[in-house]
Amino acid sequence: MSGQHSSAAEQTVFDVAVVGAGPAGLGAAAAAARAGVRVVLIDAGHQLGGQYWRHPDESTTDPTRLAGYRDWGEFLALRERILRHCQTGAAVHLASTHVWFVEPPAAGGGRQSWTLHLMPGGPPSRETPPRTVCAERLILCPGAYDRQLPIPGWDLPGVMAAGGVQALLKGHHTLSGRRAVVAGTGPFLLPVAQQLARHGVDVLAVCEANGLARWMRHMPVVARTPAKVSEAATYARSLARARIPYRTATVLTRVDPDASGTQVGAVELARVGPGGLVEKARQRLEVDLVALGWGFTPSLELINAVGAQTRIDADQSLVAVVDDDQQSTVPGVFIAGEATGVGGAMLALAGGELAGIVAAEAGHLERARVRALRREIGRLRAFAAAMHDAHPVPARWPQWLTAETLVCRCEEVAYATLGNAITELGANDARTLKLLTRCAMGWCQGHVCGYASASLAAGGQGRALTADDLRPLAKQFPCAPVPLAHLAGE
Amino acid sequence: MQAPGSNGRSAAAPRGADVVVIGAGAVGAACAYFLASKGFAVHVLERGGVAAGSSSAGEGNVLVSDKVAGYELDLALYSRATWSEELAEYADRWEFEAKGGLVVAASAAAGRALLELAAGQRQRGVDARDVDPVAIGDFEPHIRAGLAAAVHYPQDAQVQPMLLTANLLKLARERGALVSTGANVVGFDLRPEAGGRRVVGVRTSQGTVSCGHVVNAGGPWAGAIAAMAGVELPIMPRRGFVLVTEPLPPTINHKVYAGEYVASTQSENLGLEVSAVVEGTQSGTVLIGSSREHVGFEAAMSLPALRAIANAAVALFPRLAGARVLRSYAGFRPYSPDHLPVIGSDARVAGLWHAGGHEGAGIGLSVGTGKLISQALAGEVTDIDLEPFSPARFAAAASASA
Amino acid sequence: MTGTGERPTDEHALAAAAARVLKFTLDGRELTARPGQSVGAALTDAGVRSWRHTRRGGRPRGLFCGIGICYDCLITADGVPNLRACLLPVVDGMRLTTSAPAKTPPAYDALAR
Repeated sequence: MSGQHSSAAEQTVFDVAVVGAGPAGLGAAAAAARAGVRVVLIDAGHQLGGQYWRHPDESTTDPTRLAGYRDWGEFLALRERILRHCQTGAAVHLASTHVWFVEPPAAGGGRQSWTLHLMPGGPPSRETPPRTVCAERLILCPGAYDRQLPIPGWDLPGVMAAGGVQALLKGHHTLSGRRAVVAGTGPFLLPVAQQLARHGVDVLAVCEANGLARWMRHMPVVARTPAKVSEAATYARSLARARIPYRTATVLTRVDPDASGTQVGAVELARVGPGGLVEKARQRLEVDLVALGWGFTPSLELINAVGAQTRIDADQSLVAVVDDDQQSTVPGVFIAGEATGVGGAMLALAGGELAGIVAAEAGHLERARVRALRREIGRLRAFAAAMHDAHPVPARWPQWLTAETLVCRCEEVAYATLGNAITELGANDARTLKLLTRCAMGWCQGHVCGYASASLAAGGQGRALTADDLRPLAKQFPCAPVPLAHLAGE
Repeated sequence: MQAPGSNGRSAAAPRGADVVVIGAGAVGAACAYFLASKGFAVHVLERGGVAAGSSSAGEGNVLVSDKVAGYELDLALYSRATWSEELAEYADRWEFEAKGGLVVAASAAAGRALLELAAGQRQRGVDARDVDPVAIGDFEPHIRAGLAAAVHYPQDAQVQPMLLTANLLKLARERGALVSTGANVVGFDLRPEAGGRRVVGVRTSQGTVSCGHVVNAGGPWAGAIAAMAGVELPIMPRRGFVLVTEPLPPTINHKVYAGEYVASTQSENLGLEVSAVVEGTQSGTVLIGSSREHVGFEAAMSLPALRAIANAAVALFPRLAGARVLRSYAGFRPYSPDHLPVIGSDARVAGLWHAGGHEGAGIGLSVGTGKLISQALAGEVTDIDLEPFSPARFAAAASASA
Repeated sequence: MTGTGERPTDEHALAAAAARVLKFTLDGRELTARPGQSVGAALTDAGVRSWRHTRRGGRPRGLFCGIGICYDCLITADGVPNLRACLLPVVDGMRLTTSAPAKTPPAYDALAR
């Protein structure tokens, strides 16, 4: 990207702006560019791929020679196509760039395009990065991150999000520990355990909070997605080969420090018995790494910024409402990938491609492809629904908290503080709970503790979690931290 | 961690109350606390949650510095005394911090106006101390150089307005009050009586509460509530934005603002007005305001307003240029056209009282307002004369201009 | 900003780039990183698991989410505070400091772009 490029990017009104360069964003950008429209692809990452296709720095490692990365052929093909579009000028890729504000088209005349306000996220460079980009239509593909639940001791160094452990492996071949336990719920625990074992880490157990019996009722759906079945079989084989116990109906109830007191030394496991209550018996494992994941939380900053409607999905995530064409409730804004419902990379890729085709107004030229994509999306969505049903967050998760357990890591808000706000100060909704306790008001703005605090607020009133509990915790302006001087326009 | 049902938050069986307070913001909570303390049976009705409206969208100002010599300043001083005398034992519950204010002026002309304002305030009883311009840095090491004048106001303070509201309600409940959240007021039961009408009940989404008196503490929605009783109350929303930075090491010691802010609070301009108001909080974040716009209840972020606020703040504290903004919020001040709050009984409907229209000063003035309302409602002589705040003044103004 | 177009594809150039060793310091202690590594990855490889303490409880913190979401891994690099170690690439000669309680506000100006 040259300086000229940047100022050109600022002056062009693109047909389509794609935000996010994971599977959905790459699928969208490639499809839109193929249809012949001008595309700008904006991504916070310094190279293409997003979280799913995170890989070592391309200045030292040729991505075409990497092995052991999932769906890698798909990525290389997409990457190749995007590179080609960038070379011909049909597409522009803005890497290491954050969108901090989305300005809608002016009502009644004036500028008819969306304006994305940008912040460079990488190291300072000689080039002048564009401050804004304009586009007629948006395709938002912001992805997701690991959902977390508090556990006593979970803020000790050495306790990490499963996705973070994996990111270090995939991006840097860095091991975050030597003796690990992987815990939470959902199929994602399996590749994390597998990859740790492949890198020589001793994985003592994979703790799956749910039993697998619930899968039985979804066999017809499972049968229609053979790729998922063989994927699961692969993981089962590699776990067996590495002698990693896969413990179902088992949760981590506590993390203890090592002798130094400054990092994780051991964990306590318990079986989940009838009624979702953990049994009294505890098992202790000495570990130096704990990888936690309870499904995923979609990133909704941009979705909220454009004012698109959201709903609560089967996995209790807040997600964007989209139609059969991936169009959101806001005209001109398409959304694809996990932000429309957590369902994995291949679903994201299909949704992205469909969004790219429709946003480029090429749907009538690619009728067969559109139909095929819709079928694929329907099939994968059904599988995702089965997965969410089989791997719910345990309804009684607060049972393993102690009064001192931090729910909000940033502002260090303990469970007892939240309880006091609910019982003594009348915090009967998530927003009030947040404003009275500062839970979810720190650096991460509720990304980590938002689900937990919303579900505690709902639980405090004895009702199930709803979209209205989650919405106040979804981040609003700015979409990314922005220095005051940058906001001021200096 | 189930909330107990005994505190009346869920739809309580309809019952009678001496006084219904509409609105669980800071002003409503203060009214409830002081009324309950006097032995009234109080029932607070709130459409949303505790402090869900304007009270959770400000900075928690408890200021005397931003009021020109006059009735509002008298109320501010009365309220300030209430905080530090009557409510001193609860100060920690709502993070009351007597941090002091520093008002600064950049130009010589603005400096003269500021010193003049301070002189007038002193005559009314404000502790306002002129600061030698060369000593401004001793108060705020990171403020811009070359300011023309500054005045230090040791009485200016800050509270955490959510904790204030929730704890006042808790204290009110301990004195027998009921608090119903999620109870949307949809109308009044009015009874004809000699010379007009009397309010005898409040209809809500959770049922009707019969009562002897109603205190309308609806904040920017007070006009809509008054309209349900068939009376006009000219209170309008005036939007403001606040920017919140990342947590910083202690950077700003006082509530610091440009002298133009006082003019801005007194302005009738309907367009966008911006003046820098900057202060640190106990959590390390810096709160940055302020803007004033009449745009109804439109809460969408406005880039021009946010940019102007950021510009003004960086001009005042150049050191903040690189501090990152983590979040921002919009709020609606209850604007009263003559910049005076509306406190007192409404002669048009017997039993109806108003406590509102404090614009941006409602947190600081809440406890004084609540105490005065409780005295007036009990038929006592109020500590300060409520005549200047009477709702009747709008009718008088309307008939004078007609 | 790194664009897609400027990647070296030549095998020898890649090998040469990969063979470089980046030197950096943490509170004066000399450490090394592989090119392209994030600060968080390089510190993890060096066995360092925490590099800041929380404001209230003084609790040690390091990497948690690993992908830029949680801000637990904040670090000061070359005097610029509050950078996310998990996203920040190591640069040769970089000086990292663990969170020492700051007496005065750091040079935030350095961040303004």
